[in-house]
Amino acid sequence: MGTVTVAGGYLESLLQGQPRPPSSPLAWFNQLRADAVERASALKVPTTRDEEWRFTDISPLLGLSFQPVSAGSALDAADVGRFHLKEAAIRLVFVDGVYAPALSRRPEKVGTGPVVANLSEAVVAHATMVKPHLARHARFQDDVFTAVNTAFMHDGALVFLPRGAAIRSPIHLLFIASQKAAASHPRCLVIAEAGSEAMVIEDYVTLQQEAYVNNAVTEIVLADHARIDHVRIQRDGIEAFHLGRCAVSLARESRYRSVAIALGARISRYNLDTLLAAEGAECTLDGLALITGRQLADTHTCIDHAMPHGTSRQSHKCIVDDTAHAVFNGKIMVRTGAQHTDSSQSSRNLLLGARARVDTKPQLEIFADDVKCAHGATVGQLDSEEVFYLKSRGLTETAARNLLTYAFGAEIIDRIPVASLKHRLERTVLDHTQRS
Amino acid sequence: MIRADSDIVLEVHGLRATVNDIEILKGIDLTVRRGEIHAIMGTNGSGKSTLAKVLAGHEAYRVTGGSVVFEGGNLLDLEPEARARAGVFLAFQYPIEIPGVANSHFLRLAYNTLRAQRGEEELDPLEFEDFVRDKMKLLEMNPDFLDRGVNEGFSGGEKKRNEILQMALLEPRLAILDETDSGLDIDALRIVTQGVNRLANRDNAIILVTHYQRMLNHIVPDYVHVMESGRIVKTGEKSLALELETRGYDWVSGERRAAAGV
Ligand SMILES: Nc1ncnc2c1ncn2[C@@H]1O[C@H](COP(=O)(O)OP(=O)(O)OP(=O)(O)O)[C@@H](O)[C@H]1O
Ligand SMILES: [Mg+2]
Repeated sequence: MGTVTVAGGYLESLLQGQPRPPSSPLAWFNQLRADAVERASALKVPTTRDEEWRFTDISPLLGLSFQPVSAGSALDAADVGRFHLKEAAIRLVFVDGVYAPALSRRPEKVGTGPVVANLSEAVVAHATMVKPHLARHARFQDDVFTAVNTAFMHDGALVFLPRGAAIRSPIHLLFIASQKAAASHPRCLVIAEAGSEAMVIEDYVTLQQEAYVNNAVTEIVLADHARIDHVRIQRDGIEAFHLGRCAVSLARESRYRSVAIALGARISRYNLDTLLAAEGAECTLDGLALITGRQLADTHTCIDHAMPHGTSRQSHKCIVDDTAHAVFNGKIMVRTGAQHTDSSQSSRNLLLGARARVDTKPQLEIFADDVKCAHGATVGQLDSEEVFYLKSRGLTETAARNLLTYAFGAEIIDRIPVASLKHRLERTVLDHTQRS
Repeated sequence: MIRADSDIVLEVHGLRATVNDIEILKGIDLTVRRGEIHAIMGTNGSGKSTLAKVLAGHEAYRVTGGSVVFEGGNLLDLEPEARARAGVFLAFQYPIEIPGVANSHFLRLAYNTLRAQRGEEELDPLEFEDFVRDKMKLLEMNPDFLDRGVNEGFSGGEKKRNEILQMALLEPRLAILDETDSGLDIDALRIVTQGVNRLANRDNAIILVTHYQRMLNHIVPDYVHVMESGRIVKTGEKSLALELETRGYDWVSGERRAAAGV
């Protein structure tokens, strides 16, 4: 193993002592990494002077000195059992970004059936399917974090659904942080061929509360009539940095539904880019950030209506306590010719702490004339009449506030189609609201 | 049912209250004993709901004078939740909607808070479900209302029924029903008033705010009070309501003016 050497302070500090991922038998795969290294060295870590990072000061990340992840997971099933979801018969576990086969539960691969496997291994057997998509949707040319992820691309999930295949069990991708000062670069690719269906749960959890970095990139490609449910739970440690990116491409009449919940991390940023690339595509993006202390959670989404008759629904909520800071930037693009687009977006925010802050920015760019686009944003406190109503029935001020806060967040959590996960998160929200 | 020896549940004396520095209640005197039913009538804006909300402890209203003794203690010293736990219940004229809070969850929390107060064990969701369904049957309420948000999208009459359901769960010592009859259809009025009558007993008391005799045909009051501009200007027996129905409020005002010699 050599060491990747690139210019630039962030990369230098990030890469110092970080072993370079082993080279792949696939030349094009190695080439992608090399291109990404080159790109990463040319790009700069964004500052608050960059419009896209105006509210999110990522500089504390630069102060972190990374340590290499010790090879081989020292965790056993007992350490991770509490993260299991009983509905998920399929589970891939990654510890500090490294695939842990002993903790995973994969389906038997039968003939030409679906594939759920570790990317670095599966890419070899499925190169012809993977090559047209990998790094084509989450392009690294303009994004330093995606470039770094691509430079380190190794372990992660490959989900391949052949034409018409439906996986009934949710696919649980569990990313566990166990070492401090580790940098993980999980990379996932979901390819859903025509008419196929699955539910993918990306779940970022931690066993320790010191600083580390998750820099995760996911690409999801839906062919005609495919349906993907995507649940993303970010419950990283309270000192962690989470940089997440997901790029989704939708073909004709396909449907993508996403519920993304951000609870953890000192600073988190999630970019979700959805391209409605063919007629009649449909997406639903629901998001919730529930933060407190000095946390910062930044969500940037882009819904790109490139073709006619597309539908998009988006509801994003933030519950912000103490001195925490939430950012939402929701861009809706309706391109020329994307007639009969039907789009709605709402951003609702609850400020619980007197010094809590939210910056929300719906951004509509509409170049077609026959479209329906509704959007709205609200920022507020709990409604005092609602609090009084509950108190008049004997609930304490605190209990009343907790219940109302809980209800605000539960609306999004309710949309998670996995009962055990939903209940677990509802508990988390309850605990969170009761703490404050 | 009037019992001469009954204890006083509520004693309001010279109560004054303002909202946004505007005086709304200008000296209310009212004594309510155990087992009694009092009706409060009066023109729109005379302060009936204000009185009800002041008694429930709404913080938008500032008490500027007078006293309120409830079961021997100073009610005005208590937070709204403490008043509720002590047994004061207000069925709101306009119950608000709380989307996102499941009605069943809300009702159970309220009920369990009360049980904890009484030193009784809390009911778990399943036990509570059985209990609340029985109460709903009395009010002929569809159990589907448990799964909806609190009052969320309920019709006017459905909201009122949900208020009385809460009264049935909380079994207050003093229930103040603010225009519970408005918005109810004829059948609902019968069902809801039957429910209230079943809850009324020798130990508790009810204050009914209403504009209509038809409510008082179902729930027969011991006293009828008439409010005007923040005061109780006339008190009588149930026949007073009938008299008001035929003669209107002008009659009361006229009588007062005559008595005052203006
Ligand atoms: N928040 C407020 N700000 C200003 N005025 C108020 C406020 N709340 C109540 N009032 C005024 O106080 C007066 C009494 O109102 P209240 O609701 O008590 O009347 P009411 O007797 O219940 O009338 P109704 O029969 O129409 O229900 C009204 O003139 C009303 O406009
Ligand atoms: Mg009123």
